[in-house]
Amino acid sequence: MNKILCTCGHENPKGTVLCGSCGRPLTEEASNQKLVDMRYEGSARRSQTFNKSIIDKVWNFFSSVKVGVSLIVIILVAAAIGTILPQVFYVPATGEAEIAAYYERVYGTFGKLYYQLGLSDLYGSWWFQTLIGMLGISLIVASLDRVIPLYKSLKKQRTRRHESFMKRQRIFGIGENALGENTFAKSEEKLKSLGYNVKREDGAVLGEKARFSRWGPYINHLGLIIFLFGVMLRALPGFYVDETMWLREGETRAIPETPGYYLKSDEFILETYDKEKADEVFNDAIERVGTIASNYQTDVVLYKKPEDALPGQTDKLEEVKKDSIQVNEPLKFEGFAVYQMDFRLDELRSMQFNLSNKATGESLGDVSVDLVEPEMSYDLGNGNKVELLGYYPDFTGFENGEPQTQSPIPNNPAFLVKMTTPETPKGETSFVAIKQTVEPFGENKYKLEFNNVETRDVSGLTIRKDKTLWVLALGGLIFMIGVAQGSYWNHRRIWIHETKDGHIAVAAHTNKNWLSVKKDLDQVTLVANLPPYIDQHDLEALEEKKDGEKSS
Amino acid sequence: MTLVSVSGNLLFIAFVCYLAATLFFGGAVKSSTKEIATSEKRWGRIGIIITIIGFISNLGYFVTRWIAAGHAPVSNLFEFTTAFGMMIVGSFILIYFLYKTPLLGLFALPIAVIIIGFASMFPTDINPLIPALKSYWLYVHVITAALGESILAMSAVAGLIYLTKNIDLTKKSKQRFWLEAVMLTLVLVLGFVASTTTFKVMDYEASFNYIDKEEKADEITYNVPPIFGMNEYEALTPGTMTPLVETPPIVNAKKLTTVTWSLIFGLVLYVLIRLIIRKPIAALLQPLAKKANSQLMDEIGYRAVLIGFPVFTLGALIFAMIWAQEAWSRFWGWDPKEVWALITWLFYAAFLHLRLSKGWQGEKSAWLAVIGFIIIMFNLIAVNLIIAGLHSYA
Repeated sequence: MNKILCTCGHENPKGTVLCGSCGRPLTEEASNQKLVDMRYEGSARRSQTFNKSIIDKVWNFFSSVKVGVSLIVIILVAAAIGTILPQVFYVPATGEAEIAAYYERVYGTFGKLYYQLGLSDLYGSWWFQTLIGMLGISLIVASLDRVIPLYKSLKKQRTRRHESFMKRQRIFGIGENALGENTFAKSEEKLKSLGYNVKREDGAVLGEKARFSRWGPYINHLGLIIFLFGVMLRALPGFYVDETMWLREGETRAIPETPGYYLKSDEFILETYDKEKADEVFNDAIERVGTIASNYQTDVVLYKKPEDALPGQTDKLEEVKKDSIQVNEPLKFEGFAVYQMDFRLDELRSMQFNLSNKATGESLGDVSVDLVEPEMSYDLGNGNKVELLGYYPDFTGFENGEPQTQSPIPNNPAFLVKMTTPETPKGETSFVAIKQTVEPFGENKYKLEFNNVETRDVSGLTIRKDKTLWVLALGGLIFMIGVAQGSYWNHRRIWIHETKDGHIAVAAHTNKNWLSVKKDLDQVTLVANLPPYIDQHDLEALEEKKDGEKSS
Repeated sequence: MTLVSVSGNLLFIAFVCYLAATLFFGGAVKSSTKEIATSEKRWGRIGIIITIIGFISNLGYFVTRWIAAGHAPVSNLFEFTTAFGMMIVGSFILIYFLYKTPLLGLFALPIAVIIIGFASMFPTDINPLIPALKSYWLYVHVITAALGESILAMSAVAGLIYLTKNIDLTKKSKQRFWLEAVMLTLVLVLGFVASTTTFKVMDYEASFNYIDKEEKADEITYNVPPIFGMNEYEALTPGTMTPLVETPPIVNAKKLTTVTWSLIFGLVLYVLIRLIIRKPIAALLQPLAKKANSQLMDEIGYRAVLIGFPVFTLGALIFAMIWAQEAWSRFWGWDPKEVWALITWLFYAAFLHLRLSKGWQGEKSAWLAVIGFIIIMFNLIAVNLIIAGLHSYA
């Protein structure tokens, strides 16, 4: 690799714009500029130096801020488009056909188009994720391309800079040396009291403050990279669990994806604000809105199956703990969390029927059918028996003589039963529902009649495990440290030196917050009698100054 | 007097203070030629003192309402928007002490006033917390997010001053058009306040039965004369206006009517202003803005983003994710409000990166700052009112 040798004797890597040591412009372009471009200290960046191989081209593409910003803007616009209509996971429909129908029915032609273009699942689409991936690569490449040369350059900087560097700084002043050698001693003292690190050389002072803020952007990028890495980790098996379960009052069920944990619901509680009991200040709101929920809660017992239990054996469960799961208060155990997410009130639990003789009205006994796990046969004694031939939990009607059910949830349970009594040993068949009895094979002597139901509430619970959370938290923390470091501190440098002809030149640079560096320089100027400086960027102030000079 | 009415009065005092302080800052800016720099100082000082009194009264509103409700007043649209207005004033005070620019107050306080006025058009009752909001993360997340947004808003204020000063209003140009469009938008918000207040004073109410998009029957009450009727509406209140147009089920005709009335009132107001001042609103403000130093306004705009961006990230994304993990079982769910917080964040990230590239300082940067504020307001208002999601508490 060829090097560029500066007149000051410093050897710079190929591609350097400003000499790392004295600051002389090393390119034609830089020496023609009125102000030097201080970004990355004019150091040699790979992306600006090589552009031959494919690797160079790819590297240059991803290291470009322009490309990075374009990616940000594209992602931003895409993300906005995804909020026009609700995404699939917020739509009350399941299955592709049903979802498609939903978009068309509710949102018309636009909805249909939105669905067909895949915008209804935009954030999960391959192209959106590719964009995020590209942004991630851009974060890595762009950071590496800059941070390494910047680090080297700031490390190597010399106290005395070349005049061509000084006068191309935004803040620059030159004038008489009023205090002689004292200028430097006083400047040094004042700069130190302002919290600057001061380097002094013969006839030159460099005050530097908060260089670490220059690393802020790279640290926050590192945080983002870690965060994105954490998000990717979720795809690995074992890192992430997302399950739901419906748990009925009184029921004990295995918690999906957990190692032998069971959950029993003792009670589901729904509370609302009551005008009588709630704080008086809420009265207006309660009156205006109507019912306002105050609590959704499931009282549960968490059990664990003993190590030595056989698969499927559930009679020896050991109680782990009792808890009340509320919104914002999930049940936590062994890296899992169980959330109160949904509920159904008054689901039918069991139905009571009465078997009786139609002619005499004599009752032969009651049958109670559990609607979740119904038993198939019920012995009423004295040779009386009821058998379930068919169970239709969500009965909707007959189709070709066959009873239909639309779901396994007992919303409208119906049964096909066979009643056997000593009088009718072959059995009689009947179809019974809550308000309906059909006798498909002719007149029966006995009837099974509905007389009561028992209901219970069902809790909708979500089970989560997310082993990536600490990676995400670490990424977030590093991002915050980096972004605070880069935003709330700023790298300030003040150069003061004696020119060959005995004048004093001052220059200052900061990456952000010019007001503060000017204030600092003002204070040093006052103490060390430095020449006045101008802000070569503030054209208005320059004009005013010119006008003032003309008129005076 | 109950605590709630004390709270309301304190908010009113703050409102009046901000209006008064605006006038003093106006005085400070108007008199600031070099000869009478002392009078600028005096007017400016009175302005900032009144602002601080107003801000303390505003904080008093916040604290008393917090005590009365038992939870931080950030749980519905009125409360949140008011808090946002208050924090804009707080951020202005912060920037004022950093940069000592009365001109910033002249632009920032009216914006805060408009926002607080806008907020009070929504139901102001104290509502009890629904289960999802019962968490101390409500305070932590919402207050930090609003604070971040209000500091970012200062960058838009500086940007607006920069633009009002530097855009040539004597010639027709895209810039002139869009600057006046920004002014018009502010007037339209006033139109919303004016129309809502007018019909509120008249106690207007008209109820309808209608069929919603899920084909279920429902009832709705308008508080403004119904220009648009809901799908298959059926009037329930005799003697009220018959809607001029019936809308398909997907459109919320009540909201559309409210927007239309705001537009009508706002446009009438705008035309009246134009007739009186006989020039664009921007041109009225330009002589005041001329006193600004462009470089300083650019610097304030950038600095405000630098201060606000980390706060916004912490409040609107990080705290939000932590809470979402606790309440909704996932730290991120692509809910519209979440997405728009991400959009805001990406936008300001782009802003910061564009400043790195040469040429995106000064006017371009000022435009970006104004657009950023529009995105923030969109997320605050439109996402809650138009795009239904998990955050639609109001």
